[in-house]
Amino acid sequence: METSTRSSAVRDGLGVGIAVGLSGLAFGASAVTAGLSIAQACVLSLFAFTGASQFAMAGVVAGGGNLVAGTAGALLLGARNSLYGLRMADVLAVRGRHRFLTAHGVIDETTAVALAQPDDESARTGFLVTFGSLYLTWNLTTLLGAVGTSWVADPAVLGLDAVGPATFLAILWPRLTGDGPETRTLRLIAAAGAAIALAATPFTPPGVPVLIAAVAVLAVIMRRPR
Amino acid sequence: MSGVWWAVIVTCAGCYALKLAGLSAPRRLLDHPQVQRFAALVPVALLAALIAVQTFAHGQSLHLDVPRTAGLGAAVVALLLRAPFLVVLATAAVVTAVLRLLIA
Repeated sequence: METSTRSSAVRDGLGVGIAVGLSGLAFGASAVTAGLSIAQACVLSLFAFTGASQFAMAGVVAGGGNLVAGTAGALLLGARNSLYGLRMADVLAVRGRHRFLTAHGVIDETTAVALAQPDDESARTGFLVTFGSLYLTWNLTTLLGAVGTSWVADPAVLGLDAVGPATFLAILWPRLTGDGPETRTLRLIAAAGAAIALAATPFTPPGVPVLIAAVAVLAVIMRRPR
Repeated sequence: MSGVWWAVIVTCAGCYALKLAGLSAPRRLLDHPQVQRFAALVPVALLAALIAVQTFAHGQSLHLDVPRTAGLGAAVVALLLRAPFLVVLATAAVVTAVLRLLIA
């Protein structure tokens, strides 16, 4: 019994880790298209290791944007990993030096796999397998995507400039589809966020409009609880 | 060292610090509904803003890049058809590239 839940955790972890890890190709390609060097793309994948923040950083460099605002946007996107860490602290039960390595793996995919397991033991297995397979695949494919793209004279010819926004769309999609008042709220926030960012674009340096879009959330949070 | 390298390093250090902070923080923070709510909602606003800006903004000007916009449209169709993640990205790139070739 215990063996079967653990092996299903391994299966889940490998499936998610490898499938999502392959999109490192898209990150490597986007990063080099944006004007980051191969080394900069690889350093981001090795040490930031959180997809949305990495794509956001590359996007601001592409627009010749304000790097301070771009970095702030990347960190704001990375802040959700703090929330995952809060939830995962009990499940992972890590102490001492182990915590410093484990922390690096606390991201969307590892949290999703771990929290989908029936018990803490298989949750830990799921976390570790997802973290390991995703980390290896993501970093290898980042390198491949970055090196491959750097051989292409003009990446826009291959349509690679559409990969960044398409990635964000694919990440966001599951949260915007479905029924109920919560989905309607999310759609409202998404539409408001996009509109605010576009409206701010002519008046602020690139990178800043995305940060300003966060006020769309404040409007919802400040609303009276229903 | 160039500004881009500094941005890369700060992003790396900051993203790691945010992960570690969550794992090390007192858990009662999570009991605060406003904190949960903000964390759940902020990525939605930021991701939507990123999609809009990376599709329609060029520096500080807005313009309609037809191939890229069509690529995004194709990605929406792929998502509606429940295509896997990588297929969605490939669809966007291929449609953009083909249209650009046809227009040029």
